[in-house]
Parts: sequence; C-alpha cells; structure tokens
Amino acid sequence: MRDLFYDLVRRNGMAVSIYLMLAVSIWVFLLIILPQLTMLDYSFRFNLPPAKIGGPEDVYTLEQYRYFFQGSGASDGINTLDIGILFKTLFAAVFVTVFDLIICYPVAFVLAKSSAGAKARLLVLALIVPYWINEILRAFAFRILFGATGVINETGMGLGLWDTPIDFIREDVALYAGLAYAYILLMIFPLYNAIESLDRNQIEAARDMGANWWQVHAKVVIPYAKPGIASGMTMVFMLTSGALAAPQILGGPSNLWFTQLVYQWFNSGGNWPRGSAYAMVLLIVCIALVLLVMRLFKVSIGEIKQ
Amino acid sequence: MTKEISLEHVWVEFGEFTAVHKANLNIAGGEFFSFLGPSGCGKTTLLRCISGFQEPTRGKVKIGGEDMRGVGPNKRPTALIFQNLALFPLRSIADNIAFPLEVRGVDKKTRRKRADELLELIALPGQGDKKVSELSGGQKQRVAIARALAVEPDILLLDEPLSALDLKLRQHMRTELRAIQKQVGLTFIYITHDQGEALTMSDRIAVMNKGKIEQIGDGKAIYDHPTTSFVASFVGENNVLEGTVLSNDGQKMQIDAGLGTPFTVESHPAGGPALAPGDDCHLFVRPEALRISKDESSINQFESNFVTEEFEGNMRHIVMNANGKDLKLSLINDGTNAIDANAPVKLDFAPEMGIALKPGELASA
Ligand SMILES: Nc1ncnc2c1ncn2[C@@H]1O[C@H](COP(=O)(O)OP(=O)(O)OP(=O)(O)O)[C@@H](O)[C@H]1O
Ligand SMILES: [Mg+2]
Repeated sequence: MRDLFYDLVRRNGMAVSIYLMLAVSIWVFLLIILPQLTMLDYSFRFNLPPAKIGGPEDVYTLEQYRYFFQGSGASDGINTLDIGILFKTLFAAVFVTVFDLIICYPVAFVLAKSSAGAKARLLVLALIVPYWINEILRAFAFRILFGATGVINETGMGLGLWDTPIDFIREDVALYAGLAYAYILLMIFPLYNAIESLDRNQIEAARDMGANWWQVHAKVVIPYAKPGIASGMTMVFMLTSGALAAPQILGGPSNLWFTQLVYQWFNSGGNWPRGSAYAMVLLIVCIALVLLVMRLFKVSIGEIKQ
Repeated sequence: MTKEISLEHVWVEFGEFTAVHKANLNIAGGEFFSFLGPSGCGKTTLLRCISGFQEPTRGKVKIGGEDMRGVGPNKRPTALIFQNLALFPLRSIADNIAFPLEVRGVDKKTRRKRADELLELIALPGQGDKKVSELSGGQKQRVAIARALAVEPDILLLDEPLSALDLKLRQHMRTELRAIQKQVGLTFIYITHDQGEALTMSDRIAVMNKGKIEQIGDGKAIYDHPTTSFVASFVGENNVLEGTVLSNDGQKMQIDAGLGTPFTVESHPAGGPALAPGDDCHLFVRPEALRISKDESSINQFESNFVTEEFEGNMRHIVMNANGKDLKLSLINDGTNAIDANAPVKLDFAPEMGIALKPGELASA
C-alpha cells in the first residue's frame, strides 16, 4: 500500500495521487464494502419489528441460514424448494455463460485476427448501440419477440415449421435468449482483447507446422486467450446468476430465479435479514464456483485482470 | 528428401498494387537459395507464396513437380521460420520443438525423444524444460530452426531470421546455419536484405526490386557481373558514371564518361543487354577496382583530386573528385598508396573491372 502510494506520487505528483487514493478508497469503502458488510450483518439477525431493534431480542443468529437449508418445517427437514432454485439458477447461469462463450469466441476471433475483421470492427460499435436502451425495455422487447403472436412464432408458422404458436416463455427459451443477450458484450470484449494481442505469426507458424484449424485454436489461441476467456466467463456468470429484470420479465410462471427469491424476501416478504442471508448464499456459492473452475483450468486471478 | 521448387510466372497483386511481378525461377533440391532486396520489394510475399499463406494471383508454384494451388500451408512440405521466430511463449522449449509432431498425433514419449535429438543438433542439450523467455536471442533462433526441422520438411524457408540479432551473433549464426544446412542437406530458401549475409551463405541469389526479380546467379556472378543498374548499385559499393557508348565490337566497348580519354571496358558477358554506339549508359567501377596509376599512361586513366579519407585500419576509404563527380576508392593499407592531397592524382581501372549497363534505376544509398 505504501509502495503503491509512493509509486503513484512519483508518477503523477502529490495532488493527483491523493485524489486518486481518496477517490478509490471512498468508492471501495462506501459503495462496496460498507453495504456488503451491512448485508452480512443483517443476515445474522432476526427479523424484528422496528420497535424491538436494539432491544434484548436483537442478537446474532444463524436462523436465516438455517431457514435456507431446512425451511420452516421440522429441524431435520431440507428446504428442497429453495436449494433446488439455487441449483437451477446456477445451472442456468453456467449454461448461459457457456452458450455466450461459444457464440462469442468465433466472433471475437474473426474481429481480432481476420483481415475482414478490420472492417467488421466498426460493426462492434453497432453492437454497443442496443445497450443504450434500458435493460427492462430490452427484456420486454424479447417478450414481444418470443410471444404467441411475436415475430418468431409468426415466421416459424409462416414457413410451416410448426403450426400452433410455441410458448417460448413457458419453455424458458425466451429467458435463456434474453440472458444470453443481456451480457454478451462482457464476453466479446475480454475475448477480443485477449486474442487481439496474440501475434498473428503464432497462428501462421502453427498452421505451417501442420496444425489444422481446430488444433490452431485448441493449442495456440485458446491457451493464449485463457485469461480473457476466464474474465469474460466470470463476468457473464456473475451477472447472469445475479440478474433480476430478465427472469422477472421473461421467466416462465413456474420458474423462479434465485434473485427473485431474494427480492421477494426483501420486498413482499418484508424479511430483510432473510433476504440478506439469501443474497449472501448466492454470492458465496457463485464466488466459490468461479474459484473452483479457475483452479481446474489453472488460471490465476492475477492473470485475469491483465 | 529434397525437392526442387519452381515458380512459373508468379504474380501477386493486392488490389492495384503489384507485390510480385512475374517471378520465374527454379530452385534445385538441396540448394541454399537467397532472395536479396530492399525493404518492401516483395520478398516475404514471395516466400508466403511458397509456404502457402498467399495464393499467387497468376502463375504457379510447384514443389517437387506438383502444382501447389489449393494446397494449404499445413499440407506443404515446407517449414517457415518467421521474421520474429513466432515461438510459443506458453510452451517449454521441448514442447515448442515437438509441436509439429504433436499436431500429427505422435505420442508423448517419441516426441520428447525427437525433441532431445534436435536439442542435441542445435547444441542446446538438456535445455528442453526451459521456458522460451529464459533463452538468449541466438538460442531462440536455434530453437526455431529445430522446431522447423522436427518433421523433416523438404524445404526450409527463412524470413530474415537473423535480423534481430547483434552483429557478432549474426555472423556466428550465419556459419551455424550454413553448417546445419550441410548437415541436414535440405533446400534452404533464405530471405535477407543484408547482402553480406546473402553473399557468404548462398549457392545462388535472386536480387529483387519492387516486386521484380532483377538477376539470379551465384554470389560471384551477382557481384562481378551484375546485369542491371539496380543490382550493380545495390550489391556492394559501386561508383556510377553516366556515359555514352562510342563503339562496341562485341569484345570491347569505348565509352565516353566525360573524364578525358574514353574508357575501354569489356562488352558485357552473359545476360546483359547489348549496348550500341550512341546509347546512353551507366558505367560502374567498384571502389576496390579503382587504383592509383603506377605509370604515366596506363589504360582508362583520368585525373582526380583528393576530397577526404576514412581510415579503417586494414583498408583506407578515400573519396576523390574527378571533374565534379565524387568517386569512392578502397585501398589496402600496405604503405604503397600515398596520396598527395594537394595535387591532381591519376587513377585508372582495368577494362574487365568496368561494367557498362543500360541506364536504369539505382538503389538508393
Ligand atoms: N496483405 C497485403 N495487402 C496489401 N499489401 C501488401 C500485403 N502484404 C504485403 N503488401 C505490400 O507488398 C509489398 C511487399 O511486401 P513484403 O512484405 O513482401 O516486403 P519485404 O520484401 O518482405 O520487405 P521487408 O524486407 O521489409 O520485410 C509491400 O509494399 C507491402 O506493403
Ligand atoms: Mg519481409
């Protein structure tokens, strides 16, 4: 920390350094650490009416976490419903992440390395434009798109591919599509950056030595782009599992997203401690999963931020 | 295991721009063949045609008599060593060298054995587990060569592989490359814009300028008997005089270069375009071919004045001025060539040392 500060002073002068340190500290502390700590604190308390807060009953407890695991029933019961939703959410988020990776990798590669990519790079700007539109509006657009009388059903039926409207909402197709679309840029850009910096000659050298295209990617490009892939996947996964608007708007009636549970506890349930505990569970499980996967693929956090 | 290569009327065009202009040549199996030319003359482009990264817009590339059209770089019997080597930084030295085997599905043990053999060949035994970043420039160089040799290609293509090395190492690697070539007996196609490199290593050289092959021949032919003004001025130092042909009997030519008595030079031997009386010409005389006249009236004699001298120890590089034209003169420092800086000095050159060519583009210094 001290070294960092001295280094900053040497490079930017005193005033700028102090400003930077202050701004970053305030940001980190006020906007990240403090709210999370409050949430953490909440999650270990009982849900008391305002009058009793600070009173003798306001003590720390694991009750909210116990509820997540065991539900309201007997003490040896298991809260299959909520745990099930958590796993379904994680599974769906992994699916969306992998799906985004599969879509984005070729796009990022072509943009970064093919000669046609030079012109196509302008198109990347076009990719950003839709993101000027509010997330909720975009979700509603998808709802219309996938609705019973939406463009997709109309086209499909017009072409005679199916004859009764498919309920994409109930089948969760709309949800997956919406989520995949929502954070796709966060996958493309890290991938693009990683592949961009790969020396073209490495690819050609591999080709020259007899590698087919599949091997070029498996043995040269992907190992090189691993930090970018990890960073893109982490972001998409974290944001998808924590998404609220898309599941709310595009999710089928029977399909709850874990964030919706959190939202319900906070909102209609009026139980903030329990909502906090649920949010904490989601956060911790997601981080654990990310760390585990990074470990499996031998990526270090240090590499990712590059 | 060596295959000859032929380029038949190869053109490469990038839109309006012609990068290679009707290249025609044959390279024999086992030959050390160099392309020499200034930056941007199309050397790399031509090499990419041979390795398969660039399809000629017109013409054919044949390797071992087979037309290579439509054959991808991974299917050609060539191995390319890139200008920047393109070693894989994430792989160990041994894994770099064994990469061509790996993609061919060779098992791990055999790969390692072959990598160790090749490390032996390039004099880096037992260093297979090091990282690329732990090697020096020259060692990286050798690893790149080993990697290219791993699957025993028929033809090794080298794109200025020594340009990143310092002078000493470069000279050392030249000998080493040549030794490796002798040892493995492959066809080497070597690109360079360093003429010393081309002259010392190659069996034959093609000199290129602006996409055109100007001359093909061994080092001696290129240096002693250039056939175009560009080659004469690009390869080695040269003095150029503008003149007019007075007569040409097929053996000897008389040329008026505006320096007193007309000069007599040999009519150009092999390949050069014939010059007729009345034609303009460029007369080239190398600095080492100019001498201080020992007697009063030798052939091709003219007067000049001392301008400046650069002393190099064994050689003296002198600039003389003859009738307003600066001429370079390289003399061995053996104590016999005293020059009077304050009086006119008579210079001359032997008729066989003057090369008269059709005026053409000169290499910019
Ligand atoms: N893909 C391309 N598109 C357009 N022009 C190109 C392309 N590749 C090469 N050129 C042009 O062709 C010419 C020859 O390039 P090339 O790389 O073959 O030169 P070179 O002789 O290898 O030069 P150097 O010694 O600098 O490496 C250059 O003017 C270059 O700008
Ligand atoms: Mg080049």
